[in-house]
Amino acid sequence: MLYDVIIIGAGVSGSAIARELSRYEANVCVLEKCEDVCEGTSKANSAIVHAGFDAPAGSLMAKLNVRGNEMMDDLCRDLDIPFKRNGSMVVCIHKEALPGLQDLYDRGIKNGVKDMKILSREEALEMEPNLSDNVEGALYAPTGGIICPFKLCIAMAENANVNGVDFRFNTKVEDIKKGEDGMWHIRTNNGEYVSRYVVNAAGVYSGVIHNMVSEDDDKIEIIPRRGDYCLLDKEVGTHVSHTIFPQPTNLGKGVLVSPTVHGNLIVGPTAIDIDDKEGTNTTAEGINDLIAKANDHVKNLPMRKVITSFAGLRAHEARHEFIIGEVKGAKHFIDCAAIESPGLTSSPAIGEMVGNMLKDMMGLTPKANWISTRKDVMNPENLSIEERNELIKKNPAYGNIICRCESISEGEILDAIHRPLGARSLDGVKRRTRAGMGRCQAGFCSPKTMEIIHRELGLEYEEITKSGGRSNIVIERTKNQKGGEQ
Amino acid sequence: MMNYDIVIVGGGPAGLAAAVAARNAGVDKILILERDKELGGILNQCIHNGFGLHTFKEELTGPEYAYRFIEKVLDAKIEYKLNTMVMDISEDRVVTAMSREDGMYQIKAGAVILAMGCRERPRGALNIPGFRPAGIFSAGTAQRLVNIEGYMPGREVVILGSGDIGLIMARRMTLEGAKVKVVAELMPYSGGLKRNIVQCLDDFGIPLKLSHTVVDIEGKEKVTAVTIAEVDGKGKPIPGTEERYTCDTLLLSCGLIPENELSRNAGVEMSPITSGPIVNESLETNIPGVFACGNVLHVHDLVDYVSEEADRAGQNAAKFVKGQLSDAKSDVEIIATEGARYTVPSTINIDRMDDKLTVRFRVGAVYKDSFVSVYFDDERVMHNKKRIMAPGEMEQVILLKDKLAEKPGLKKITVKIEQE
Repeated sequence: MLYDVIIIGAGVSGSAIARELSRYEANVCVLEKCEDVCEGTSKANSAIVHAGFDAPAGSLMAKLNVRGNEMMDDLCRDLDIPFKRNGSMVVCIHKEALPGLQDLYDRGIKNGVKDMKILSREEALEMEPNLSDNVEGALYAPTGGIICPFKLCIAMAENANVNGVDFRFNTKVEDIKKGEDGMWHIRTNNGEYVSRYVVNAAGVYSGVIHNMVSEDDDKIEIIPRRGDYCLLDKEVGTHVSHTIFPQPTNLGKGVLVSPTVHGNLIVGPTAIDIDDKEGTNTTAEGINDLIAKANDHVKNLPMRKVITSFAGLRAHEARHEFIIGEVKGAKHFIDCAAIESPGLTSSPAIGEMVGNMLKDMMGLTPKANWISTRKDVMNPENLSIEERNELIKKNPAYGNIICRCESISEGEILDAIHRPLGARSLDGVKRRTRAGMGRCQAGFCSPKTMEIIHRELGLEYEEITKSGGRSNIVIERTKNQKGGEQ
Repeated sequence: MMNYDIVIVGGGPAGLAAAVAARNAGVDKILILERDKELGGILNQCIHNGFGLHTFKEELTGPEYAYRFIEKVLDAKIEYKLNTMVMDISEDRVVTAMSREDGMYQIKAGAVILAMGCRERPRGALNIPGFRPAGIFSAGTAQRLVNIEGYMPGREVVILGSGDIGLIMARRMTLEGAKVKVVAELMPYSGGLKRNIVQCLDDFGIPLKLSHTVVDIEGKEKVTAVTIAEVDGKGKPIPGTEERYTCDTLLLSCGLIPENELSRNAGVEMSPITSGPIVNESLETNIPGVFACGNVLHVHDLVDYVSEEADRAGQNAAKFVKGQLSDAKSDVEIIATEGARYTVPSTINIDRMDDKLTVRFRVGAVYKDSFVSVYFDDERVMHNKKRIMAPGEMEQVILLKDKLAEKPGLKKITVKIEQE
């Protein structure tokens, strides 16, 4: 099939662009090397909606950050996903660094960030009693927020899919050539795809993809900048109520401490440049480093309550600026590369920008029946007993709790599996429902979730994976069972 | 709202024994709520033998041991509901539960017995560095996959932690044809029972490396290798001692945590040492009429002791609903110190105590040829020599009501370990 647009990468940028393009009459396809959306940088980050005072004034990064932040309320309402403007605080702990807060404030004003305020030590402590005793002042930005990155990415992709965008998973781009027919020919492990336009939203691989088509003097190198994180139990999720940042350095925004939109506490990230684009391993040094740094700004951090640690890779490029636009000498090939923080915040604006760009270039016309909203996997937690009973009467699966830590029922898991772009692995179920994301980290629910996946998708147990590829959970029958079958 | 005299949360060994004891004490309306599809709890996946030596003077498998109690529950026609999750317990003993069949409903309970058991400490809580591929399991999850579902997680195994489930799984995986390459234990002593080390590791030639931990996990999709290293006295890995094992499975047996979400939400006061409720001689929590027993109270090594403790909780809950448990304060404190980490119970009311009260505790390190001493206020009343004591094996002292009654005004009982 000939596509009008092929998007490479089903992370938060690719999914946002796919959703924007789904407004128009066009054949659009997303190619993703993993088995699900949201498998790269989009799945392992701070889950923050940044206010927008960090990025250099006048940069594309600043513009898209502030625009993305503005768009988030409506988008999250339309897509039925949680979003909270809990407010950000940049905390100063050295008197001599106080002018830095003013610099950030001024930059924020230039970038168009609203309602910021510089707080005295007393004001800061009043708002956030667990700040370090050394706090000298803080920049407060009430427009800062927290979001679920999985849900944002999944919801945008799902909505795009409902509106006609194809998704091809386990499809890795190996080479791209401009054919004599003037089309882009994309070779993958799953055959060739042909398209009039291509969007490169390949995250840490966006340099590799760019370099397949760019001229010799226009090569870019994406450096995976690893960040380690710790996630803490919900029991201590209110240790701080705002997102607490240190003052930024040239390596980034530093180690933050923040509640998550689901009620945990997140601490991280570190920043280490590495070579391996799949190098999402945590290290002891990294975790120790982030604990030490977080303690500089927040006191009595309950690090004994860690339920998991993980690492994510930022798609860093030396210029520290989003690279969005048509690649020189590669007509109809659009880069959306070097999307590092604040990429998550910017994603709706990136989608809008690239969507508008392609609309104008291609002369796209709006679809008559575009569906702008979707419903998330229903969370029965806030229902009254009567409402819950009604629900269980209609669908008894909602009465069967599978994940005890997060109280996730079979009904929610079935919904996650059977909806558009549904879950096919344990991680797929986890990111759509939170089953397995609690304090026992799937020890209890994984055999039960496997049973559901086996039943609903007709996969043998040996075929069920943690997250696609060769991440199989079990390898074979036990001796006894094998014997029984002979 | 339904009404029951006693609602028991959990149908494992603790819940079953508590129910039987309460029925034997004459309580009529008892309800057991169990979240799994059958009674018996974790015993159902413990298909090895070694259960019941104390209780039945014979060696049973886990399911056999459970069935001895299930039979009693069935004979006594005690009501139970399966596939039922308790969602909430309130301070005034209203239990909210949910199932496919019954929807969500509430029960007013005369007394509540907490018997939810415990869960395993996951990889995340251990801060083990490395990748996060498939192939990392808590030992109990692997046990369920192998013994209940009938599937093997892998062929080459490294185990971190020498808790009993890890030791049992080392043998189980070996019998199923897997190669268990090493068991690494962070502490300088094992967390499991001596007999399990002998029968599950030594008999199969599986090395146990004490004072070792996992410092790296390799494999982006499935585990491909695990590196362990020796640790110093503070538990920090010593550079240069790394040993790399290729494997496809890492099992974790690094401690069990009582499962007290419901208790905490109900306002039950918790011990930071056991992570279980603080209870008095009647195994009653700070909320009158709410009792606790089994692994939700403190983690046990032997199910026999769980049954015995649950029996007492059941009897006391029965007394409570019949108005026979005085509401006098439990005013004698039991203090664990100098080697003893905690005691269960931690307070005593002499009037309410049975003639004989078993106080269970654990030591914090390995002690050889040392004494378990009990002091009534400042007077030493017990001084028992033990050849060896280890954190993996629960200890006990027995207090006699007569002896306590001889000490009017007694304020505190101290349990400690003494060298002489």
